Amino acid sequence: MFRNQYDTDVTTWSPAGRLFQVEYAMEAVKQGSAAIGLRSKTHVILACVNKASSELSSHQKKIFKVDDHIGVAIAGLTADGRVLSRYMRNECINYNFTYESPLPVGRLVVQLADKAQVCTQRSWKRPYGVGLLVAGLDESGAHLYYNCPSGNYFEYQAFAIGSRSQAAKTYLERRFENFMGSSREDLIKDALISVRETLQGEKLKSSICTVAVVGVGEAFHILDQETVQQLIDSFELVREDEPPAPEAGDAVADQSEASAPVAEEGAAPMDI
Amino acid sequence: MDQKPFSQGLLSSEADSQRTLYPYVTGTSVVALKYKDGILMAADMGGSYGSTLRYKSVERMKSIGKHSLLGASGELSDFQEILRYLDELILYDNMWDDGNSLGPKEVHSYLTRVMYNRRNKFNPLWSSLVLGGVKNGEKYLGMVSMIGVHFEDNHVATGFGNHLARPILREEWHENLSFEDGVKLLEKCMRVLLYRDRSAVNKLQIAKITEEGVTVSQPYSLKTFWGFSAFSNPTVGAEGSW
Repeated sequence: MFRNQYDTDVTTWSPAGRLFQVEYAMEAVKQGSAAIGLRSKTHVILACVNKASSELSSHQKKIFKVDDHIGVAIAGLTADGRVLSRYMRNECINYNFTYESPLPVGRLVVQLADKAQVCTQRSWKRPYGVGLLVAGLDESGAHLYYNCPSGNYFEYQAFAIGSRSQAAKTYLERRFENFMGSSREDLIKDALISVRETLQGEKLKSSICTVAVVGVGEAFHILDQETVQQLIDSFELVREDEPPAPEAGDAVADQSEASAPVAEEGAAPMDI
Repeated sequence: MDQKPFSQGLLSSEADSQRTLYPYVTGTSVVALKYKDGILMAADMGGSYGSTLRYKSVERMKSIGKHSLLGASGELSDFQEILRYLDELILYDNMWDDGNSLGPKEVHSYLTRVMYNRRNKFNPLWSSLVLGGVKNGEKYLGMVSMIGVHFEDNHVATGFGNHLARPILREEWHENLSFEDGVKLLEKCMRVLLYRDRSAVNKLQIAKITEEGVTVSQPYSLKTFWGFSAFSNPTVGAEGSW
């Protein structure tokens, strides 16, 4: 994307019918660290990569609980993400107060999208530079949505956003058909494997990733570090012994031939 | 905010004409109970203007959306206003067109908020509301008063029904009443109210709401018995009286 004379204002169209400021906002999402979401009939999992700017600092919070039945993972300008999370929490609380009932996630997502659209049509505003993966439950089951700075929203079976998300998307594309019937544990495992795909060989540790779950009968909550580490350990070990899934069969075969059981040595299979 | 009857009329302040002070055309009790398949609700069709039984074909129960039934006593124009609010609420709910819909619990909460907020402004909607419904197999029956007091129960009544009908319901209501037994129980309550409540009229409707939807019966009357011997010679115990 190159600089051109139509990209100064969000209210300026290009001759090709594009709003460059909005597209640049979507670039900001692509530069943020990865966030992944996937869902089954009854559960939705959000996972993200937490990069700290230095060893001395803490990680950025990228997953927010919006209500007992809704959570969101963000990628891009985290400050914008925080503001939108606050808006979502407010909407949920207000709805709950009036109707004593949880706000259906599909409606919240539309409100969020309309809010984002406003910023693409005012000369004194700028688009939100954050993509949101909204996970939630409503009457019709578990849902995962992606809200874009452009004001569009889509529902997904599984999706990944942020930097190196293509690796995760490729993995998810191979597996998503089974997700509807997956158990909670299998979903979490798939989420962690997707996160690992985006790490490009770096070791997957619970200190650099965050996992959150919401499901029927299970309020939205972020899993604590130990639980995540145990889950990582459990599937890493399985990987060493035998192929855990038919798709990953080839990669695992290579792995167990090539390197020692210690995950530090061998690189993670790159399926890009 | 004390009532000063003598200062009404020529001297009533303009502010007073902007808020509800008294009810004018009123409906009397509504009685409702949960039964096996849903909710049964009964209300007569009278609209009283003070002590005059002025309107005799008033429908005091209306269906709300797909899942709820609302019955009201008290000021009838306020009931009509509430129906307009709910109309708008259900309309916007339907416009989402997304598979979610407001159930009886949500409508009840919404009404509670409306009634309470009006009460806080000293401009109440002078109605007692009964909200019943079934959604996804769950039966719901609740009440909201004109000051925003709200609760849920297996059987509720408004107005005189609280004093005359609820004791009967407490004794005779049980889980999983059949439709016939539920109607018989409601008719028993309505008959007592007809005998004892001055503002009751002998023309009532019974409404039922189940998972399938709402049905409001055609208006009908209850049989009454007045052939007590004490009525044939009422002054026998007090000579000279009439």
